[in-house]
Amino acid sequence: MRGLRVNLRIGVLALQGAFAAHCECLASVGVEPVEVRSPAQLESVQALLMPGGESSTMSQLLESSGLFPAIANRLSAGMPTFGTCAGMILLASEILDGRSDQHSFSAIDISVRRNAFGRQVDSFESSISTPIGEFHGVFIRAPRIERVGANVEVIGTLGEEPVLVRQGNVLAASFHPELTGDARLHEYFVTTVSNMRKV
Amino acid sequence: MNSTPGSSVGTQRVKRGLAEMLKGGVIMDVVNAEQAKIAEDAGACAVMALERVPADIRRDGGVSRMSDPSMIEGIQAAVHIPVMAKVRIGHFVEAQIIQALGVDFIDESEVLTPADEKHHIDKFAFTVPFVCGATNLGEALRRVSEGACMIRSKGEAGTGDIVEAVRHLRSILGDIRKITQADEAELFEWAKQLQAPLPLVQEIAETGKFPVPIFCAGGIATPADAALAMQLGAEAVFVGSGIFKSDDPAPRAKAIVEATTHFRDPEVLVRVSRGLGAPMTGINMDEINQTQRFAQRGW
Repeated sequence: MRGLRVNLRIGVLALQGAFAAHCECLASVGVEPVEVRSPAQLESVQALLMPGGESSTMSQLLESSGLFPAIANRLSAGMPTFGTCAGMILLASEILDGRSDQHSFSAIDISVRRNAFGRQVDSFESSISTPIGEFHGVFIRAPRIERVGANVEVIGTLGEEPVLVRQGNVLAASFHPELTGDARLHEYFVTTVSNMRKV
Repeated sequence: MNSTPGSSVGTQRVKRGLAEMLKGGVIMDVVNAEQAKIAEDAGACAVMALERVPADIRRDGGVSRMSDPSMIEGIQAAVHIPVMAKVRIGHFVEAQIIQALGVDFIDESEVLTPADEKHHIDKFAFTVPFVCGATNLGEALRRVSEGACMIRSKGEAGTGDIVEAVRHLRSILGDIRKITQADEAELFEWAKQLQAPLPLVQEIAETGKFPVPIFCAGGIATPADAALAMQLGAEAVFVGSGIFKSDDPAPRAKAIVEATTHFRDPEVLVRVSRGLGAPMTGINMDEINQTQRFAQRGW
């Protein structure tokens, strides 16, 4: 474990889903995580992690809590954000097979199909290649990235398929790095945030 | 659907992973596609498909079994969120049928009539994850040793009385807190007392937490009930009869979803508790004699 990075406050959207596991990963790389359930809590953080869970549940709670416009504003101001699974769906510019009333932040130019890998009995774990090494990816009723925009960089693939993508300060994964105890991707995200603050 | 070489399905990590995704959410009992849609619209993170809610099972009596596959399929077709279904304790063939339907989570449930008086299902034999009920830590750990990927309190389903679920949560979570304070020698005594496998007791002592997520079920009827369960340490809630046996299910469902997320925020709890109409009438636990209590099923 690294020394405590006291100047860094990274939020974890805690409306529903795997927020607790993400908080543990952030803590393991020396960052004190902040659970975000309200616009006031969002104001206190420099970056946001959006966990897996049910994207339709989160969409509803984003509206009722007033967090939807608050996060949209921060995203357009360049807040570093990392979305995994449902979090990736919420960040995508286009959702296929979602609910018709489901909103997203359009913060990364990708089209994702909800539950495209099938039901829970089809959920799987597998190895993923990235420039920063091999990762073990856990895919739970996972969405599929079906289109990647021109400004989006593919940084992780499962076979030929994109599963980890980045556009500017926004990072999105269709798998769950928080379920393996390997916090290298959290470290990668935290480094992005720290580097940005130095500029 | 996935054909990538070297990938594996149905591992404990993949199975426990879905339980992880349901945290902070509300799983609602529904008996048809229409209710399932109301539940999804209200923000449920999953639905439990069953033919009769526990309150009606209690009223009707008789043998209660797994639901008709076409009824479950109707609900799967109606929603995007995960669909769960119940099987009888020990009835592994019902579980095989439910798994073949592509249900996302199986509840080996005391609400249905038990099929085996001694044995629960070997849950490692399945690709689909299981949730099981427990009234105390020993029971919870025995279920994990059989492969359960989520534990819920048993509560006393179909009563609208939260007192039993509170008792179960306090018992399970209280003993976990005590074990984290125990020394090595005391862990042997804990395992003996709980009738639970020693390695699982040692795992709790080492990690400070239960091996799988712990959810609350049984008797939740109001937003305040859901927030109570969460503040006591449950990681998500199941609401059975409490929604569709109330006067106005849709707003109540939405209110319980918000209360589960904002369980520590009294201002939200005030707002969502207002004007919900009558909750389910409920049955006071003292009015149910011992032989009719579901929580005593399972061992």
